[in-house]
Amino acid sequence: MESKGAAATPACAPAPNQKAPDGATIVAGIDAGSTAVKLVLDDGNRRSVWQRPSGWSPGETARELLQEALAAWGRKREDVAHICGTGYGRVNLPFLDSAVTEIACHARGAVHLRPGAQLVIDIGGQDAKGILVGATGRVLDFVMNDKCAAGTGRFLAVMAHALGMEVAEMGALVPGEGLPMAGIHPHPINAMCTVFAESEVIGLLNQGVDRRAIIAGLHQSVARRVAAMVARLGASGPVLFTGGVARNAGVGAALEKELGCPVEVNEQSPFAGAIGAVLIAREKAAG
Amino acid sequence: MTVIAEERPYAMSFFDVAIPKAAGSIVEEKKKGKKVMGHYCVFAPQELAMAAGAVPVALCATKEEPIADGEKVLPRNFCPLIKSSYGFAITDKCPFFLHSDLVMGETTCDGKKKMFELMGQFKPMHVMSLPAGSKSEADRAYWMAEMKRAKGAIEEFFQVTITDEALTTAIGELNAERRLMQRLAGYLKHDPAPMSGQDLLKVLWSRNFSFDRAAFAERVEELMAELDERIAQGVGAAAKGAKRIIVTGVPTGVGTEKVIRIIEESGAAVVFLENCAGMKQFLVTVDETKPPLEAIGEKYLATPCSCMSPNRDRLELLVRLIDEYKADGIVDITWQGCHTYNVEARLLRDYIREQREMPVLHIETDYSEGDSQQIRTRVQAYLEMLGGV
Repeated sequence: MESKGAAATPACAPAPNQKAPDGATIVAGIDAGSTAVKLVLDDGNRRSVWQRPSGWSPGETARELLQEALAAWGRKREDVAHICGTGYGRVNLPFLDSAVTEIACHARGAVHLRPGAQLVIDIGGQDAKGILVGATGRVLDFVMNDKCAAGTGRFLAVMAHALGMEVAEMGALVPGEGLPMAGIHPHPINAMCTVFAESEVIGLLNQGVDRRAIIAGLHQSVARRVAAMVARLGASGPVLFTGGVARNAGVGAALEKELGCPVEVNEQSPFAGAIGAVLIAREKAAG
Repeated sequence: MTVIAEERPYAMSFFDVAIPKAAGSIVEEKKKGKKVMGHYCVFAPQELAMAAGAVPVALCATKEEPIADGEKVLPRNFCPLIKSSYGFAITDKCPFFLHSDLVMGETTCDGKKKMFELMGQFKPMHVMSLPAGSKSEADRAYWMAEMKRAKGAIEEFFQVTITDEALTTAIGELNAERRLMQRLAGYLKHDPAPMSGQDLLKVLWSRNFSFDRAAFAERVEELMAELDERIAQGVGAAAKGAKRIIVTGVPTGVGTEKVIRIIEESGAAVVFLENCAGMKQFLVTVDETKPPLEAIGEKYLATPCSCMSPNRDRLELLVRLIDEYKADGIVDITWQGCHTYNVEARLLRDYIREQREMPVLHIETDYSEGDSQQIRTRVQAYLEMLGGV
């Protein structure tokens, strides 16, 4: 189950030219998250990734995405041996063969993407999780944020809005020599609550604080919260950052600083949940 | 093959309505001229009330509904149990509080301690001060002095003398009940468990609102006879081999069984409730060979509550329960703002991992349903983890 030849396409459009050999058993993994629905098709030789914003109905979005992905592969629903779903929308997907939590799926996907990973930090749209994993991708322990949005993708999206920018623009601002963030020091953001932090950011902008310093401060704030949470797990090995917020290099850099160890990001990190789901689907299909 | 019960034990129908019915029977008790002593906590020595000829009754504290009223006076960022208790008290929505002649409080935490001061402004109260620990001679002496003070206060309030004979009778009655509850809980040692944890909670909880103790005991016997039949037929509330979970932590009574419900809806069996709403108050009996007041004091002081420092008894008890009930996991519940249980969660987690290599799921929540979906994910992930997904 290597991902050789399977180009990940973190795009909203179906990946082109991914025809599978006729007759091969296809399995699917769907991660219906709060922000995006991610789908992975796998026929044993190749694997493709699709994603689309969740919209108002993650269930409906997932159904459409599956249809289009299968069409792109020239295959039908009947050709799919097993569909495993995960993510908060998994309860609303009637066409699933199995549903597994995103915690188990991210663990499985992460160890596949980064063999030897011991700690998985998954930050998604509304949840932040730390998962301690065993060598086979089994969950040994985990921690998860409470119902508050601090330290999640939602927090960053609200802040990007307050700063008048896209969340992707904010995420592209990485500290480092020769980069726009060079020499910028994070301005501390003290509020833990998303709504209060938004007020704090607006206050800072009005005081004339450099927007880049605020962004660095927000990334630090997310990283501190997550680092404090995962400290309870007592992990010491390689760390893989997964989930949608793994795209944000600023948060990754801040996490490295707070944890005091390298935090790796794989190009397929945002899809770790769907990849884990497809791996579990393959096992279930094999019985 | 296990037959998963689509129907609950028939005998549960009595317990389903026990609490609403109690709202009427407390009025009957009052009409008969009975005095009523309300209490909030398992530290309240119910034997004292009984020996004074009063009816002890638990007071409402486990519903979301009165929290908004509680927040009119108490800080919003506060334990939901205290806000609920206070909301019930000031709005007269708890018939048991309304009909209590005297309320017994205990200083189990700072929040309650201060709430009782507010409550004392509109209700006759006696508050027992707890020592910080339960093991030292000084702490024991302090608690025994509090026992004597409470006895004196009850005697004065109800204008009676509490005799040793009356105390001995009350001890006998409550000990019999404790043994009965231990037998009932023991049924959940079977695999499959013949009744759900939610139903066990309902029985234990309705005990606090049943004024005819003999009638209540009869119903529990009936229930146990039915459970014997279910065991013989292999009928369970969950599948045979379902993950067996012990619930511990803060009091989670009827009205706040959210987490217990989610665990059982996720396919696991809740086989023990190690909390105040569950078995905590029934696990230890009063030593019937010792002078009664002293023996009663010892029993209550032995309550393994997180308000005690240190509280190793709870950790050791849980390890014993894991073995006795062949548990696969522990779910530790903390109400937001309950500092002692919240911090003790860390001690518990480390201890259980060290002793039985078992991960503990800690959930911090409140009485609202706002986080149900997140809790469901956590519980399911925990069960997947125990099952090796």
